Amino acid sequence: MVDVPDTPVDREQLLSMYERMLLIRRFEEQAARAYQQKKILGFCHLYIGMEAIAVGATEALRPDDPIIAAYREHGQALARGMDPDRVMAELFGKASGVTAGIGGSMHLASAEHHFWGGYGIVGGHVPLGAGAAFASWYRGDDRVSLTYLGDGATNQGAFFESLALAQLWKLPAVFLIENNKYAMGTSVDRSSYLTDLSKRAAGVGMTHWSFDGHDVVEVFRHVSAAADHARRGEGPVLLQGTTYRYRGHSMSDPAKYRPEGELDAEQQQRDGILLAEKRLREEHGVGEEVFERYQLDAKARAKASYDAADAAPEPSLDQLYDFTWAG
Amino acid sequence: MAVIQMREAIRRAMVEEMEADDRVFLIGEEVAEYDGAYKVSQGMLDRFGPRRVIDTPIAENGFTGLAIGAAMAGLRPIVEVMTWNFSLVAFDQIVNNAAKVYNMTAGQYSVPIVIRGAGGAAENLASQHSMSLESIYAHFPGLKVVSVSTPRDAYGLLKTAIRDPDPVVFMESEMLYGMKGEVEDTPFTIPLGQADLKRSGADVLLVSWNKQVHTCLAAAETLAAEHGIDAAVLDLRSIRPLDEATLYAHAARTGRVVVVQEGYPYCGVGAEIAARVQEACFDALDAPVLRVTNRDINQPYATVLERAVMPGVDRVIEAARAVAAR
Repeated sequence: MVDVPDTPVDREQLLSMYERMLLIRRFEEQAARAYQQKKILGFCHLYIGMEAIAVGATEALRPDDPIIAAYREHGQALARGMDPDRVMAELFGKASGVTAGIGGSMHLASAEHHFWGGYGIVGGHVPLGAGAAFASWYRGDDRVSLTYLGDGATNQGAFFESLALAQLWKLPAVFLIENNKYAMGTSVDRSSYLTDLSKRAAGVGMTHWSFDGHDVVEVFRHVSAAADHARRGEGPVLLQGTTYRYRGHSMSDPAKYRPEGELDAEQQQRDGILLAEKRLREEHGVGEEVFERYQLDAKARAKASYDAADAAPEPSLDQLYDFTWAG
Repeated sequence: MAVIQMREAIRRAMVEEMEADDRVFLIGEEVAEYDGAYKVSQGMLDRFGPRRVIDTPIAENGFTGLAIGAAMAGLRPIVEVMTWNFSLVAFDQIVNNAAKVYNMTAGQYSVPIVIRGAGGAAENLASQHSMSLESIYAHFPGLKVVSVSTPRDAYGLLKTAIRDPDPVVFMESEMLYGMKGEVEDTPFTIPLGQADLKRSGADVLLVSWNKQVHTCLAAAETLAAEHGIDAAVLDLRSIRPLDEATLYAHAARTGRVVVVQEGYPYCGVGAEIAARVQEACFDALDAPVLRVTNRDINQPYATVLERAVMPGVDRVIEAARAVAAR
């Protein structure tokens, strides 16, 4: 582990992160509604409960640092600043979606935002994140790649091979495990002898540590420290942020495998949005009326994205063959 | 006009492209300090240094995926898989990432990568080291598949593949690395998707690629000398994109077609060619399209068994005589 300084986060910065966390939650609630209405189809993996990780991690990066994610990436895409209207339109499979209705929920991407996309094979995107860092190393620029992955990806060979290569060549990469306790329905303690998954890095000699991923300020500080380490050329970092997803694995999962009371305890004691409010209230004197205004704004923004997506045109069949070959 | 080995032609293409474009680099097992398992990259480390000629640990899934990521970031990697057999360890990366990223991102990211190495059987390498995998990679929209038979083709097509904006699967042959052939001294490229008529002939069309082209050429000599059959040999060179126009023109002209391929017959490239030729040229055909392939079993070790499994000159002659009814 490297030293993680208590970097101050001022009122405006914390309010901005709070705003994005709220947007993600309300957006995902709209997505759940749309899924129940069969306006969103296929797989739909909601990010509710995990907002602090994406928002804190993105805040720690530069806008041109490449980010790559798995398939629970709605929140990560929004945290990166992608337009909620176009993200929701993608979930609806509309022409105005971020990938024109081709990618869908699991493959949101925006080159403009250096968001390389969501990927649907567990662990399969991790080598790409290492490759993004390799390109920075090769070019001699100072960009750091961030690869999000779930706890379920940490038993995959592609993950281990990526760690081995990244450390061997000291690539400027941060791999961030979002440990939300469950890989689909299998809890971490049923899938891994080690439950601090950051220790996976020890075998290749990579710097690693674990942190509380519920508190957006803590996430920001830890990912900042890791990104600084990588950007200085001191090598990659494997982080574990502990978090929790409130919903099932996907919309079709009622999540009956969780012990009774676990969800309630998480929501009441460790909810990222409530923790941010607590900090704003206690450290910055922000009043309830401010929270109410942000809540209403987020709800309206999410609802607007739903309405825009609902009204957007379907993709044209004229483009069916446009995106198979670049040349 | 220099006469050079296949490995030298491949090396020349890589060296020229690397000299012209700093984004191009070579990565793979034993490519640098060992000079390449088959000496294809001999001397390249000295020429370009360790930044651009990169030895990897034995982790095909990891380094192929890493190179795909580097390509998405705008670099132009050449990945050497020592042989294509080992690429199956990286299959998920090649299929789910390289072949699909351009599509999934609606054109926002492309994957300009070449993955190259030896394909097909050498000699006595048994079951796991003898596969021809053109068909499984050609199966996927988003991949281009090239499989070469001569030094000149290897040189011209590899240069094109390196410059291509899409992922190109480039198949060479252990048995052909030492083969010599003429390659012009002045740089040139050969477009993907152009078949090459390696021998003209009026009676039967033998369709092939990679080292079985040479089996076909040998068979054609015997067919002419001993059976009075004038066989044309069409080297597809590019399995995907497929030069359908040239294929159909020669198929229709001869009316008799034999596809000669290494590798398993079931769902093989030969099956695809046969299906397409009968769809496009049905009225012009005088006989069913036949296939000469590996027999439908895994490769055995012993020489006598291996020869019985592989396509050979005798089996090509037999098939050509059958379609020619002579």
